[in-house]
Amino acid sequence: MVELATSYLGLDLSSPIVASAGPATGRLDSLQRLADAGVAAVVLPSLFEEEIVAASHHVHALLSQGAGAFGEAETYLPEPAAIVAGPERHLELVEHAKARLEIPVIASVNGMSRGGWVRYARLLAEAGADAIECNVYAVAADPAETAQQVEARVLDLVRAVRDAVTVPIAIKVGPHFSAFARFAYELAAAGADALVCFNRFLQPDIDLDTLDVAPTIELSTSADLRLPLRWVAILARRVPCQLALSGGVHTPVDAVKAVLAGADVVMTTSSVLRHGPAHVEVLRAGLARWLEEHDYESVAQARGSVAQAAAADPDAYERANYVAVIERGMRTFNVRPTGSAR
Amino acid sequence: MTTAATLDGNEAAARVAYALSEVIALYPITPASPMGEWCDTWASEQRPNRFGTVPEVVEMQSEAGAAGALHGAVSRGALGTTFTASQGLLLMIPNMYKIAGELSPAVIHVAARAVATHALSIFGDHSDVMAVRPTGWAMLAAASVQEAADLALVAHACTLESRVPFLHFFDGFRTSHEVARVELPDDAAFDALIDESWIRAQRARALDPNRPVLRGSAQNPDVFFQAREAANPFTAAVPAIVEGACARLAGVSGRVYDLVHYHGAVDADRVVVLMGSGTGAATEAVDALVARGEKVGLVQVRLYRPFPANAFVRALPESVRTVAVLDRTKEPGAPGEPLYLDTVAALAAADRPMPRVIGGRYGLASKEFTPAMAKAVLDAAAEPSPRRGFTVGIVDDVTRTSLTVDRSFRTDHARVRALFYGLGSDGTVGANKQTAKIVGDHAGLHAQGYFVYDSKKSGSVTVSHLRFDDAPIRSTYLVERANFVACHQFGLLDRLDVLAAAEPGATVLLNSPYAPEHTWDRLPREVQEAVIERILDVHVVDAHRVAREAGLAGQINTVMQACFFALTTLLPLDEALEAMRRSVRTAYRRRGEPVIEANLAAIDAAVPALVALPHPAAATATHGRRPPVPAGAPEFVQRVTARMLAGEGDLLPVSALPVDGTFPTGTARYEKRGLATELPVWDKDLCIDCARCALVCPHAAIQLKVCAPDVLDGVDVDHKPFRSKEQAGLRLTIQVAPDDCTGCGVCVDVCPAKSKTEVRHKALNMAAAEPIMERERARWDVFGTVEAVAPGTLDPATVKGSQTRVPLFEFSGACAGCGETPYLKLLSQLYGDRVIVANATGCSSIYGGNLPTTPWGTDAAGRGPAWSNSLFEDNAEFGLGLRLALDGQVDDARRRLRELAPAVGFELATEILDVDPRRPADDATMDAQRARIARLDDALDALATPDALRLRALTDVLARTSVWIVGGDGWAYDIGAGGLDHVLGSGRDVNILVLDTEVYSNTGGQASKATPRAAVAKFAAGGKATPKKDLGAEARRYGDVYVAQIAIGANDVQAVKAFTEAEAWPGPSLIVAYSTCIAHGIDMATSMTHQRDAVRSGYWPLYRYRPAADDHTHPFQLDSHEPTLGLAEFAMQEARFAMLARTNPDHAVELLALAEADARERWHYYEQLAGIERILPHVPREEP
Repeated sequence: MVELATSYLGLDLSSPIVASAGPATGRLDSLQRLADAGVAAVVLPSLFEEEIVAASHHVHALLSQGAGAFGEAETYLPEPAAIVAGPERHLELVEHAKARLEIPVIASVNGMSRGGWVRYARLLAEAGADAIECNVYAVAADPAETAQQVEARVLDLVRAVRDAVTVPIAIKVGPHFSAFARFAYELAAAGADALVCFNRFLQPDIDLDTLDVAPTIELSTSADLRLPLRWVAILARRVPCQLALSGGVHTPVDAVKAVLAGADVVMTTSSVLRHGPAHVEVLRAGLARWLEEHDYESVAQARGSVAQAAAADPDAYERANYVAVIERGMRTFNVRPTGSAR
Repeated sequence: MTTAATLDGNEAAARVAYALSEVIALYPITPASPMGEWCDTWASEQRPNRFGTVPEVVEMQSEAGAAGALHGAVSRGALGTTFTASQGLLLMIPNMYKIAGELSPAVIHVAARAVATHALSIFGDHSDVMAVRPTGWAMLAAASVQEAADLALVAHACTLESRVPFLHFFDGFRTSHEVARVELPDDAAFDALIDESWIRAQRARALDPNRPVLRGSAQNPDVFFQAREAANPFTAAVPAIVEGACARLAGVSGRVYDLVHYHGAVDADRVVVLMGSGTGAATEAVDALVARGEKVGLVQVRLYRPFPANAFVRALPESVRTVAVLDRTKEPGAPGEPLYLDTVAALAAADRPMPRVIGGRYGLASKEFTPAMAKAVLDAAAEPSPRRGFTVGIVDDVTRTSLTVDRSFRTDHARVRALFYGLGSDGTVGANKQTAKIVGDHAGLHAQGYFVYDSKKSGSVTVSHLRFDDAPIRSTYLVERANFVACHQFGLLDRLDVLAAAEPGATVLLNSPYAPEHTWDRLPREVQEAVIERILDVHVVDAHRVAREAGLAGQINTVMQACFFALTTLLPLDEALEAMRRSVRTAYRRRGEPVIEANLAAIDAAVPALVALPHPAAATATHGRRPPVPAGAPEFVQRVTARMLAGEGDLLPVSALPVDGTFPTGTARYEKRGLATELPVWDKDLCIDCARCALVCPHAAIQLKVCAPDVLDGVDVDHKPFRSKEQAGLRLTIQVAPDDCTGCGVCVDVCPAKSKTEVRHKALNMAAAEPIMERERARWDVFGTVEAVAPGTLDPATVKGSQTRVPLFEFSGACAGCGETPYLKLLSQLYGDRVIVANATGCSSIYGGNLPTTPWGTDAAGRGPAWSNSLFEDNAEFGLGLRLALDGQVDDARRRLRELAPAVGFELATEILDVDPRRPADDATMDAQRARIARLDDALDALATPDALRLRALTDVLARTSVWIVGGDGWAYDIGAGGLDHVLGSGRDVNILVLDTEVYSNTGGQASKATPRAAVAKFAAGGKATPKKDLGAEARRYGDVYVAQIAIGANDVQAVKAFTEAEAWPGPSLIVAYSTCIAHGIDMATSMTHQRDAVRSGYWPLYRYRPAADDHTHPFQLDSHEPTLGLAEFAMQEARFAMLARTNPDHAVELLALAEADARERWHYYEQLAGIERILPHVPREEP
């Protein structure tokens, strides 16, 4: 029997398979189904400070509309005692998830201000989260802001959160940093116990009927595994923190690759949404079977064995080998060099 | 345990009623609605009553329904109550007789309000409660918030002990809405007043099949009379029972209540008698006069029915020679008003010399009643031959009933007497309620807050009257002499005499958008002069800037409140600001930390931003206050309307007012409110002539004209070529009325024309108002003079065609972004010159018919909608009555014309008779017929025979007159449903327009049967569990009713078609129009987008049901497409649905799934209906 037990953020996990933040981790009943299916840990949906601030002002504006303006109506909507415009729902979910589940519960936060990061990370920790995942979700769209300033801002918030909570923290970032290997090192140095590679951002689309810009998100596929796989492989055994691979993990084979590249845990959202909570067991069992069939004793033994630092051909993770890849792709899809397809 | 609280009369009464009730049957009506809303809120929070159960709180379809449910509840041995006022109480009368006749304990709490006569009024007087005197209910009158709390308890206790039902009333608004510091009855009081055995006795009387009885029998002449007298001992016992309860209350609370209370000189020679809140003002007058040595007194009646004659006589000092009785009601033709007659009867039966008794009226519809008026009455009582049947508080220059009032007599000595002028949208009232609570909750201080609103729903002006003192405050009248005046909106200084009540040396606080050194020059001359002459101590703060910087754009209330505390010495500033912080945390605890933090930041930043206004020693202003109406306004508007607009309506004498409530229309156009801070600006180069902006504008503040080719040459308005199928070469101009626009942004939201190079730029874009105001004013004036093509040039049944017609409904006071008014405007554009509108009470009757002005207007020929509001519950019947009269008149006129044809000329008569006024007519037909009628009138005038004169009075009906019956869902789905159904079944040619906001909008968003499943509303705080009634389906079942369901923001073409088809259909027509409302919890700028999404999600399918006699007719036409948007996606954009997801997510998911299923099922059903053939056996009416 191959040993799948893993440690992540100082937490003992039964396997490396973790459900990352998404709709399936936002409700107690589906959290329970994930736990029943054998998921090793769950990351709850991010508490977005921006949403809380907007919701608070929005609720205030709507409930204030027309209030105190007309003799026949003091207000126009009831204001029930239980109305929630703050972080209560998230905190409640943390508390209930902790009370209900036996697996570790990781809370996720996304701040828009230094104060917000600190406040909400602290609240989530106080609510009982075993660890905090800082979901750095910002598009560096300000032409006046340099890459150094962007990185400094993120490092600053990592330090702030590090100082604010005692539980371990993971930093989840996007792949769009120009010198990511170095930046990853600095994140670890600033206090990150783990890096989560990577965030998948909502990508805006244009509605051709209305010419409105509408955010969209599509579930990932196994093809999306490549990007995090490369970076986990590059960083593994090099940066002084743990690594979680997130994005594109759909099959047991994907999970195996993630472990081989060096991921301490393998996170999945899309596969659970596509196949249901029970799919985590498919991933776990498939990973175990592969390791067993290939005579590994444990997941720890396999972890990072094909990382850049351990690979037979380390350059392969960096090589700009697109010409050969394109040619192989054209053969696969029977595309002639002239472009005319048959 | 402290029981002190600062609250209003409604909440005080509701707290007691809730604690002592098991069944609470409700129906919203101003000013009693908040009592029901409190109970509903507490029940939804599962708060138990004193018996440990949560009362059943149920909203009924009308007050008649509430009374019926109350009757049932008490018949089953429950403790029941309801709350109402005015018309609502009148609807309860039949059941009140029943409940009293059966000796069933029950309590009705009434916020007493005027009954509609020549006009509706939401304000307070006793005409409603006086109308139920004969029902057999005991009646207790509370005079203050404190009394409302205590007498509520007395009423509940005494009904149980006596078995006689109790009506507990207090004055609408003056007491129901006055915020005051009071002591609430504590547990000891409840225990002392309520005996458990009475409750057991009530249980034992319950209808119970285990102990069957018969109640509600029918009786014959042999026994009815005796049985009616059998209950006499119960009525007779009431005064002693009430006295006992009051004594027990006094024992535990120290608060003493006599059935009839005397206050004044022991040797008084003249007294004033009254009930209710006027007592406060009268007490102050009596105290001041007694202090001067005058022998005067006051008799306050608390138990009015059964009238405690003995107690009354006992209360009256032997020395009294003249009794002046004041009634807050009017009984035309009676020898006196009710309290006067009761007084006379009581004294006549007493064993003592009969004093002289005079009576008069005061305070109708919350007319102010001041100590000076009470003094005027006592002065009159001292005259050798005083006026009988007098009035006080008005100038009656017609029948000369009014007493002269010495307005210099003042008794108001509260330490702080403060006035605050604000706009409804700026939170001034809310902040002042908080201020009253903060001060009132402070040991040793007393607070009173009263709030005056105008009747607009957008840009409404509010005036808060606050008093603070070390002693209890009983000044039950507005602040007449203020030592603190705040103006929260700088623009109001140009419109109103804000400093009118400022006493010399008073502190003035101005919210100024200008730097302190530039503020003085912006003040109108009258304000500068008042500041200098009265040596006012003026301070300014740029509250908008402070609020904006704190993250509270537009919400200046917190800033102004902090400045108030800084400028008064009521509380040490630090303590006051800390109390404000606590209050913010409590008030906004449900709205999230960010809102709390922003308010706290505003508190911190406010006082440092407050500075004394530097000013010179003389007035320097070059401009004065704006006249309320333009110089060119009609005589009536100048003489009467302008005074009301200036806040001087109280000074109008009786002779200025119409005798029968009939007013000229078209007056809103003279009320230039200038509300918008942003205005839409037209980019003609992008415009595609769709006319949607004009169609959806809730205030008719953006209008278009299509003109002949050269009309606009050299005219200073923008214009462009107009694309028209009818005629080439026409020009289009679109213009905003800058003083009438509210800046709601709906026109910009619907504008479909986007720049090819920058999509955010449309053919309409909002821009800051101030820089373009003068230009747009000038253009609007010019626009008014531009000659448009004749109305018939373009097809009125199209969006463009309809919008080229002049709106005869413009510039209403409806909410910014209102979803109802575009439909009324469209109606006025299509048929305004020939329509009579029967308007149910509700939002549309308020923005349509609440003085000072009305948006219903007239065209160049002086024609326009004739409008009337009968009641809330009878609107369909009222409209049918109009139709019946018209139909009879048409038949009569045509018959007479046939008979007079030889005299007026066969050719003319035949031409007129060839046009059947019962059929719809186009513009050309109408014009031609009217021209013929004018000739006929001339001929008849010339004939001048009796027959000719008889026809002459009816000739107008020979051209088409339409009847449109208009109202909201509260009327159509609930209170007026029976009548509506009857009228739909009448076969008569009436058109019914239901403005469906899916809640009672006017009274603040209570659920109706139009409220959809899963939506939150008042009385459905937990989300409405049952689906919306399909009103259209009920109408369709008749087969001969034209029915359309429309949403102007989703399909404007279909909406316009529906109006024209409804008008054309010779039988009843019903249009159910989806109307977005602030009670939906949406950003009203996107009102029309919400309508579109309502249709796209299948929530609001569009259809027209067109009955026809043709073979193989498919009368049901589905006009919207299969849903392309999930219902939840639509719903979650609206707070009414989204709120439940925030409060009870699981329940929200469940209800939304059901709502989604409702929509799917309805769509499936409608799809099938579209395929069904239904043929109407239709026989045209024969000529009589």
